[in-house]
Amino acid sequence: MSENLARAEDCERLDLDGLYRESAVAQTIGALDSDLVGLAPVKRRVREIAALLLVEKLRRSIGLQAVAPPLHMSFTGNPGTGKTTVAMRMASILHGLGYVRKGHLVVVTRDDLVGQFIGHTAPKTKEVLKRAMGGVLLIDEAYYLHRPENERDYGQEAIEILLQVMENQRDDLVVIFAGYKDRIDKFFASNPGMASRVTHHIEFPDYTAPELLVIAELMLQQMQYCLSDTARAALEEYIERRMTQPNFANARSVRNALDRARLRQANRLFEARARPLSRLALSTIEDADIRASRVFAAAGGSS
Amino acid sequence: MRLTQGAFSFLPDLSDRQITAQIEYCLAQGWAVSIEHTDDPHPRNIYWEMFGPPMFDLCDAAGIMAEVRNCRATFPKQYIKVNAFDATHGWEAMRLSFIVNRPSNEPGFGLAREEGAGRNLRYTNFPYAAGLPHGKRY
Repeated sequence: MSENLARAEDCERLDLDGLYRESAVAQTIGALDSDLVGLAPVKRRVREIAALLLVEKLRRSIGLQAVAPPLHMSFTGNPGTGKTTVAMRMASILHGLGYVRKGHLVVVTRDDLVGQFIGHTAPKTKEVLKRAMGGVLLIDEAYYLHRPENERDYGQEAIEILLQVMENQRDDLVVIFAGYKDRIDKFFASNPGMASRVTHHIEFPDYTAPELLVIAELMLQQMQYCLSDTARAALEEYIERRMTQPNFANARSVRNALDRARLRQANRLFEARARPLSRLALSTIEDADIRASRVFAAAGGSS
Repeated sequence: MRLTQGAFSFLPDLSDRQITAQIEYCLAQGWAVSIEHTDDPHPRNIYWEMFGPPMFDLCDAAGIMAEVRNCRATFPKQYIKVNAFDATHGWEAMRLSFIVNRPSNEPGFGLAREEGAGRNLRYTNFPYAAGLPHGKRY
């Protein structure tokens, strides 16, 4: 033991920072921080995983024992909280660290894994797994695989094949289970084998109203639109009202609202088509485009 | 006698790492890889049996290697080959095909002579292994 320590001290200084900068991870993590709004616990966890893999890589480079840790994960959170987006980033981070060989993301749901008749499930699941090898497999709404009310449901067969591959071909692919928190928890509770093989549980918090406004502005920027000052205030109010309504899906709802605002803006410009248009008018979303939303009408009607 | 069909058949048997590298090349070209097996060594007697459907949209050779190992475990004494099909317009053909498994003992081919009318002599090859019924060879 003491001999080992002495030898470790003899070693030249190891350049962890160099390794970090050299791998493409620094860039991906930087992009993760700047492109994604909020999600602090998620970002922290991604950074931890990246750190773990970097240290493992460094250990391997100096001949210390380094076993690739199993990295199957579960992403839980409400709809529209960025699970798929982060999964895509995760795939490129894991690729940058050399944990997966290709770094592509395959997104599937129950339909893609479970067959229609006896003997259909196994080849179907295996085909999906083969396609995902070398990358990341994201199983969206994974709990639908398990249907306790139907004993002969083929989902169980898909789960068994998944388990087998997750265990035996650990270095060929990473499986991420995504879905609502309570139902994923129930899914793991009823599949203990699965629960013990999924080592990282990442929870995606809901966005706050200011975060959603920042997201909306980012989205508009990408689509090359801008908001007038009154429209910004209207959007702020819209988000606050929309959050209290049913079926609120975080960033996805915001995206849908913006798409509808674009529709109304196009319609408004079209109706006033006799007048000449400026470049600014063509890319500005006005107050009225947002206030015409059903969200305001419903609130106005009830109060 | 060693059967020489397909690519690399005059070389020593490929190792799994070499097979993986070949498959990686095929996938990088966008070819669809499939696995076939047979116990009839004659190139024109039968079509080889498919081991599962061709594998489309794969990114990594690991999935195909798993199938190769699976096929070897199922048919350890048969010939197994890996094919790569190019679907691009104008090709639409196998671009690469090589044997990845062969029986430990390959008895080879015999030469049969037939004496026809007018002192005609005709020759044909026949695989010794094909003398036994399908499934009992090797």
